[in-house]
Amino acid sequence: MDASLSSAPTAAPVALPDAELLARLRAGDEAAYAEWMHGTAGRMLAVARRILRNEDDAEDAVQEAFTQAYRALPRFEGHALLSTWLHRIVVNACLIRLRKRRRHGERSLEELLPRFQEDGHRLEVTDPWPRDPLAELEAKDVRAGVREAIDRLPERHRCVLLLRDIEGRSGEETAERLGIRPDAVKMRLHRARQALRGLLDPQLAGRGMPWDRPSPAES
Amino acid sequence: MGPTVTCRELIDLLDRYLEGELAQPLAARFEAHLARCPDCAEYLHSYRQTIRLAREAWCADDLVPADVPRELLEALLDVRSLAASAGDVEPN
Repeated sequence: MDASLSSAPTAAPVALPDAELLARLRAGDEAAYAEWMHGTAGRMLAVARRILRNEDDAEDAVQEAFTQAYRALPRFEGHALLSTWLHRIVVNACLIRLRKRRRHGERSLEELLPRFQEDGHRLEVTDPWPRDPLAELEAKDVRAGVREAIDRLPERHRCVLLLRDIEGRSGEETAERLGIRPDAVKMRLHRARQALRGLLDPQLAGRGMPWDRPSPAES
Repeated sequence: MGPTVTCRELIDLLDRYLEGELAQPLAARFEAHLARCPDCAEYLHSYRQTIRLAREAWCADDLVPADVPRELLEALLDVRSLAASAGDVEPN
């Protein structure tokens, strides 16, 4: 059995300091590469699964990203951690795959958005949410419900939400990566957040106290 | 200050309000509506919580897969030799 495949758990931290690891990787050190790969592959696969929601696509994207990263090592300037740099390459590889996917059978967002009367007033009452759902309810269950709800968003809205709210990319970079205008990013993000709120409503509505909430200006 | 915004207008302006992009007097009209509309105030709270929950949906433990398939590990180990025999690819 190949020792490089069995000796290190995939979630093990990278032991070498970044500068030393980078120097060894650039020198073509096989052991350093194996250590880097074992220390990061698990997390990178999780990131790819989160974005692509398909095991084969996720594994292909990770492989593609490692290949791109390895080739680009000579040009890596070291302004970020190697792991951060690799994470961005994985996300970009996933986005390229997403853009190639056909969009079909996507769920309509409309049923998840607030509805209004002709004069602009609301049609439905808004049942109060807990003031702090993660503190007041079982955080693990809440997070699992949120992840499931994000997965139910239509692809083009889910991508914008993942990039802006979860990956923390700017509106401009999100627009560039997805090949759409910054205005479209803003619109999709707003609709994605509203739809996600609508999907979470059955889990969280009615579990808070009316008026037990921050003031409107509180962030 | 003019009339307050409607519920529909308030929802349309939510992101701009949270980003601090609403100029006066629109911001004042927005807040005047919030002060008299409990449903919109509840909606704003749940919208803020939605953003926060999305940001915190994956804690560190949730992002670590139990294992990486052996086939993928093998493929990743081959990356060195494949990359060495091919041209450069720009990652960003």
